[in-house]
Amino acid sequence: MIYFDKVSKIYFDNSVALEDINLSIEPQEFVSIVGHSGAGKSTLLKMILAEEKPTHGNVFFESTNIHALDKRLIHNLRRRIGSVFQDFRLLPNKTAFENIAFTMEAAGRFDEEIESDVPHVLELVGLEKKMWHFPFELSGGERQRVAIARAIVNQPDLLIADEPTGNLDPINTFEIIQIFKKINDIGTTVILTTHNKGVIDSLGRRVVTLENGRLVRDDKEGRYAL
Amino acid sequence: MLWISLKRIFKSGFINFWRNSIVAIASILVLTVTLFVIGSLILGTAFLNRTLENIQERVDISVSFRADAPERTILDLKSSLELLPEVRDVTYSSRDQELKAFKERHKDNALLMQSIDEVGNPFGARLSILANDPSQYEAIARFLNNYESESPNQQAIIDQISFKKDIVDKMVSIIGTSRKIGLAISILLILMSVLVTFNTVSLAIYSSREEISVMRLVGATNFYIRGPFVIEGMISGMIASFIALILLYPSTIWIKNATASVYGGVNLVSFYVTNFGQIFLVLLVSGILLGLVSSYLAIRRYLRV
Repeated sequence: MIYFDKVSKIYFDNSVALEDINLSIEPQEFVSIVGHSGAGKSTLLKMILAEEKPTHGNVFFESTNIHALDKRLIHNLRRRIGSVFQDFRLLPNKTAFENIAFTMEAAGRFDEEIESDVPHVLELVGLEKKMWHFPFELSGGERQRVAIARAIVNQPDLLIADEPTGNLDPINTFEIIQIFKKINDIGTTVILTTHNKGVIDSLGRRVVTLENGRLVRDDKEGRYAL
Repeated sequence: MLWISLKRIFKSGFINFWRNSIVAIASILVLTVTLFVIGSLILGTAFLNRTLENIQERVDISVSFRADAPERTILDLKSSLELLPEVRDVTYSSRDQELKAFKERHKDNALLMQSIDEVGNPFGARLSILANDPSQYEAIARFLNNYESESPNQQAIIDQISFKKDIVDKMVSIIGTSRKIGLAISILLILMSVLVTFNTVSLAIYSSREEISVMRLVGATNFYIRGPFVIEGMISGMIASFIALILLYPSTIWIKNATASVYGGVNLVSFYVTNFGQIFLVLLVSGILLGLVSSYLAIRRYLRV
């Protein structure tokens, strides 16, 4: 589903973020990417979203070369990918409901669908009672749930999560990971970056390890080994 | 599809305007200043034109006739002057009227009054000629000089042609220069305030740059992201034009009172009231355009993600 073909990313100051990455992710997989800070995990995910461009090599989403896409058509790709970030990135001036509705509106969905789907996903992440709260009225764990609800409401083929539990306490971390598992069980491919050992060990799924921009391990049922 | 998008863009434009009210107020204030400047310039131009017209009306050629000049001949001259294309108006004042005006002017001077009564009426009749344009006075003066020399059979009737060439020339150039300077200052002021507006709106949108990138990442099109910001800008412009319009009214009253002693008062209040519709339209349209263009341009650089 996602293919990295000899991808390197070198910044202007010659610092290497990624070096010669070859990686293929199949549909419905749950892949964790681990590594120290600065190992290139976030850069890898940003490339899937076309937020960053590789210096060498290509990244494919199915048969589409992501970085050969016209800037004006990137939204079509992004609508098929749900994304969750460490810093939540909710729209501060919109309520939980509106934040989720925004992605649906932007994708041109009808009002009736929005009215029925948004409460449904909020229920899925356990936040149906805080539908009309603004982000500043929610705790970190709750904000991340809203962000996850936003990421899955358009039923994306792929969910990418960049350190989603980085700002959360252990209980929230556990619950968020359970939500990801549930999402993966209904057939969505999930790519997750983390440096939380507990998360990796409890998942028992595929683990890709990055070190200084290089892919050093790729284990089918991996454990945290750094 | 487009209809749904437009409806949503308008709706969220209004909601954002309401929720970002502090940022919106900053934009409105700056827009108000800009529109106030534009409004003041409209009024300023009217003020300048009225003043210049006022001055122009005070400059004329005054022809005094000999006391023994027959009234018939003077009125003949008056009608031939009125046929000239340069002449706007000719006023005739007879000997008696001149005397009366003199007495009125010097009624406190007993000695003068007494001597006038003894001498009888020393004044000749007078014609005041007003030209269409100050630059035409010279041509009229030439006409008057020729008028007498070309009819030698008649007795000389003109006593004196008073026409202050220097003053008229100076005035013509002052009017020309003040129009040019006025235009230059207007353009400069408008340019400056437009730049300040652009900057403020840029800053307002800068505070939303994170939001804009999030919207890009969740798959919104540029059109859909930009729309609400543009609507917000237009609402700010509209509100600012109302405020500027309200502020202009007391300013016209103030100007009227301040200039009362100088030119007998330039009545900008009535100008404002009679041209209210036009001023309102100019301010409203420029307010909306300013808000629209500046937010459209300001958001451009954050849409690159």
